[in-house]
Amino acid sequence: MKLPPRLISRLSPWLLTLFVLTCWEAICQGFEIKPFLFPAPSLVWKVGVELAQPIMMHASHTFMTTLAGFAIAVIFGAVLGMVVGSSPIVYKALYPLLVGFNSIPKVAFVPVLVVWFGIGTVPAIITAFLISFFPVVVNVATGLSTLEPELEDVLRSLGASRLDILRKVGIPRSLPFFFASLKVAITLAFVGSVISETVASNLGIGYLMMSASSSMNMPLVFAGLIVIGAMGVITYELFAWLERRLTRWAHRGQSSAI
Amino acid sequence: MSFVRFENVNLAYSADGPLSIEDINLAVNEGEFISVVGPSGCGKSTLMKLISGLRPPTSGYVYVNGRQVSGPLGIVGMAFQAANLLPWRTTLQNVMLPMEIVEPYRSTRKAKLAEYEEMARAQIKRVGLAGYEDKFPWELSGGMQQRASICRALIHKPRLLMLDEPFGALDAFTREELWCMLRDLWQQQPFTVILVTHDLREAVFLADTVYVMSKRPGRILVRREIDLPRPRDIEVTYTDAFSAHVHVLREAIGRVRES
Repeated sequence: MKLPPRLISRLSPWLLTLFVLTCWEAICQGFEIKPFLFPAPSLVWKVGVELAQPIMMHASHTFMTTLAGFAIAVIFGAVLGMVVGSSPIVYKALYPLLVGFNSIPKVAFVPVLVVWFGIGTVPAIITAFLISFFPVVVNVATGLSTLEPELEDVLRSLGASRLDILRKVGIPRSLPFFFASLKVAITLAFVGSVISETVASNLGIGYLMMSASSSMNMPLVFAGLIVIGAMGVITYELFAWLERRLTRWAHRGQSSAI
Repeated sequence: MSFVRFENVNLAYSADGPLSIEDINLAVNEGEFISVVGPSGCGKSTLMKLISGLRPPTSGYVYVNGRQVSGPLGIVGMAFQAANLLPWRTTLQNVMLPMEIVEPYRSTRKAKLAEYEEMARAQIKRVGLAGYEDKFPWELSGGMQQRASICRALIHKPRLLMLDEPFGALDAFTREELWCMLRDLWQQQPFTVILVTHDLREAVFLADTVYVMSKRPGRILVRREIDLPRPRDIEVTYTDAFSAHVHVLREAIGRVRES
């Protein structure tokens, strides 16, 4: 029996994940690797189920923290991107500063935030925000600044103001760029909040992993890693779906393939 | 009194840079169809920017409708080689775009939406796109996109239509079809047309007067009135009189390119 290509394409991510897990299990079992070094997925699953309640508690805390930081990043990034994208002067002035700031590893910044805001959720939200606003700014600015000059001429010759051009053309045109950046930004936001939690928090999945590794509970650390990964994939897919729904005109090429 | 008038116009894009166009004197009557031809980079598109008020001249005066141009006018429609339709809008929505910007349509749009939509549909029909109102630009062929683009340029009933090589990217048959479409539009509803092109047959077929520009800095070298009777059929392009016009213009361009 031959499977239709559509079905294969739908199943392929699940099959690959299953394949990786099987290899992982086989390596751990086959070479008899010690669980405190590299636990097999079956063991990770077992521990995960046993400790489901504390893991869920910490995970939902991380999730809320990440979403809060991400929300601030989206609003701030969209507004800053609009300003940067519609004014060449601001673009030129601000870009080196932005790139410089983005090059700073945010983990190096967490201690500063701890001094300012204390240990806990606030530095985690801010770290998530700091790490994830950059792609939003860059993408929105790119969408606006790559407007076709002829189209701008058509509108300006009709007497359109800069605001008109932004509303009628600039913003709709940069929406696909914006949604593309959300997918990147949400995964980065998880990185930010977990980093901050590992360094300075007593709540959240980052803290859970930190305390688990200090007691050599490797299966729990891996369970934490997998939960973070799963949350990342789910939110990414959510925004990818939103992107396809709201800016279908920009994805007409791929829509037939999905 | 001419509708568009250039008096000794010079334009340099930067203060001490080279001139893009030099000493342009030009008069276009209301309802006249003129065409500007010349080698590429001769400043043809600069003329359009001056007329539409997107750029002020470095020296000299540009008058449109008896008044000196000091900014965008709203009585001008423009179309370019690229159709530049907005991909998230249907043909109808694309055509309606100028009505969201130009007065008096802008402020009465909500109240008279049905009436304006009817106007847009009628205009779409006139450019031969009936049945494609609700299609998106990527569902249209290049020629159809260009029809929509010209339709958008005309929807707010501009008194002046400016076209910058609008048929340059089309194949020869589609191009001739669109010539006839433009000819019919212009004969049904009088407006002034300035057509920038480097297709001499296109210029002679459509225009009342053809101007030949020199290399940069662009100056007007030749002004030739095309006295072929109207309405002109595509058959006219095979007559001797037509060929004679094209030939003379071709020679003028040849001299420009050699100099």
